[in-house]
Amino acid sequence: MKDRKTIRHPHRNIDRRDFMKWMAVGSASMASLSVLSSCNSDRLEAFFQEHFKELDENEMNEVLERLEREYKEKYNTDIEVSSTLPMENVIFGYGLDLSKCIGCRQCVYACVKENNLSRNPEVHYITVLEMEKDKGVDVLHANAYYNPEQVPEEGHFYMPVQCQQCRNAPCVKVCPVKATWEEPDGIVVVDYNWCIGCRNCMAACPYSARKFNWSEPYLPVDEINPDTEYLGNRPKMKGVVEKCTFCIQRVRNGKYPACLEICPTGSRKFGNLLDEQSEIRMIMKNKRVFIFKEELNTQPRFYYFYGT
Amino acid sequence: MKHIPLCIIGCILLVEFSGCRRDTEEFQDSSVAQTASTDLLNDSTLLIPVEAVTLDYFPCSDCHSELIPNPQRRQLVDMHDDIVFDHDSENRWCLACHNTFDRDSLVLAGGKLLGFNESYKLCGQCHGPKYRDWRIGIHGKRTGEWNGNKQYLLCVHCHDPHAPKFKGMKPLPVPRKPENIYIDSIYERQENNPASP
Repeated sequence: MKDRKTIRHPHRNIDRRDFMKWMAVGSASMASLSVLSSCNSDRLEAFFQEHFKELDENEMNEVLERLEREYKEKYNTDIEVSSTLPMENVIFGYGLDLSKCIGCRQCVYACVKENNLSRNPEVHYITVLEMEKDKGVDVLHANAYYNPEQVPEEGHFYMPVQCQQCRNAPCVKVCPVKATWEEPDGIVVVDYNWCIGCRNCMAACPYSARKFNWSEPYLPVDEINPDTEYLGNRPKMKGVVEKCTFCIQRVRNGKYPACLEICPTGSRKFGNLLDEQSEIRMIMKNKRVFIFKEELNTQPRFYYFYGT
Repeated sequence: MKHIPLCIIGCILLVEFSGCRRDTEEFQDSSVAQTASTDLLNDSTLLIPVEAVTLDYFPCSDCHSELIPNPQRRQLVDMHDDIVFDHDSENRWCLACHNTFDRDSLVLAGGKLLGFNESYKLCGQCHGPKYRDWRIGIHGKRTGEWNGNKQYLLCVHCHDPHAPKFKGMKPLPVPRKPENIYIDSIYERQENNPASP
């Protein structure tokens, strides 16, 4: 057997292979030590945080407090993060009157403000599509970049599209880490701390409702909405996917979504699908209602209707 | 038993409503509050009127009590000529809705007088289906709580009764095209804050 080449050392003999091995082990441990020592405890906690559904009450509170500390440090302003439980016997549904919407985009920007969306790079939950009346609902010929002096334009109608909160949501099925799921009140949510940014959900969503933070979101401090929800409008970070949650931070506290409150035409309707007297149930009973891309069997909770 | 909660809510709303009336009386010299009457509240509970709409010339009787009413259909020239009337103007004119003898009231087709705060009934006598939709929350706008107190707008909050077609408006800025989002963001960052990456 051939002898290995050795490096002579004053105290002990060590061959080249052992030397390389120990150098590798040493440098790896030094690197990990330096990483750990540079992290404060909050970062470590964030790294080792459990999945949202596995957090007990105490752990949840710790997570919320930690996030508040993080946001305070980042934005130098107090942001309250809460985690409101879904209400019993409530499943949310949304209605949008295509005969009334004038395409003014007020909802788009009210949503940006309410949900602390990145201004730069731009993230919008709502896309308003301009369509031609003689073609009907036809996505191939829709235009999201219309900009006339005045809307509505002759011969056109407008169809705002946002997350349809599907009962059979493709985005939930494809998520490899279960960072997105359907809540008992029907809202499909994303845990931004669990999302790995693979964007499979974006590819799966037939409504282009999911948006990705391609770089660090820019949020003007004086425009931050400080009432935030863990699964909702808390400030997001680079590399995570987000989407409309029907303003979970508002609707779980009894309020209407922000897009509905701003709409100047009253095209937007919202309510509990389990309550027969709710506005959304009245619409489903009395008006011509359709769901978008019905053929895909996504079974949305977002209903378009014609009020006339 | 079923009606007890409704009665309680009705009472609360009546108290709220009387509060609204008191507030509006403070500026009744030059204006009138367009808040809905209590009968809507009794029919459809959990509704609270939204903020008042003020009318420029109210009470109308300040001037009209000294004028002899002229029921002749005509184009107004001396006064109110700033009002553009585009609401079935071929067949209707001022006195189709305003009462000839009591100008502080509106009048239904059957002759019944209405306060300005009940103007929605006047709209409802022609626009029946819309009126029914509005009462159950399909037409019109409600804000507040989806499971509690709501505020609603009257017809005249959105539709000028003299020219009711909804006015168009300038749309808010166009969204960026996806292919430009990242490039634009880098340029803007450099312009706004050269220090940022």
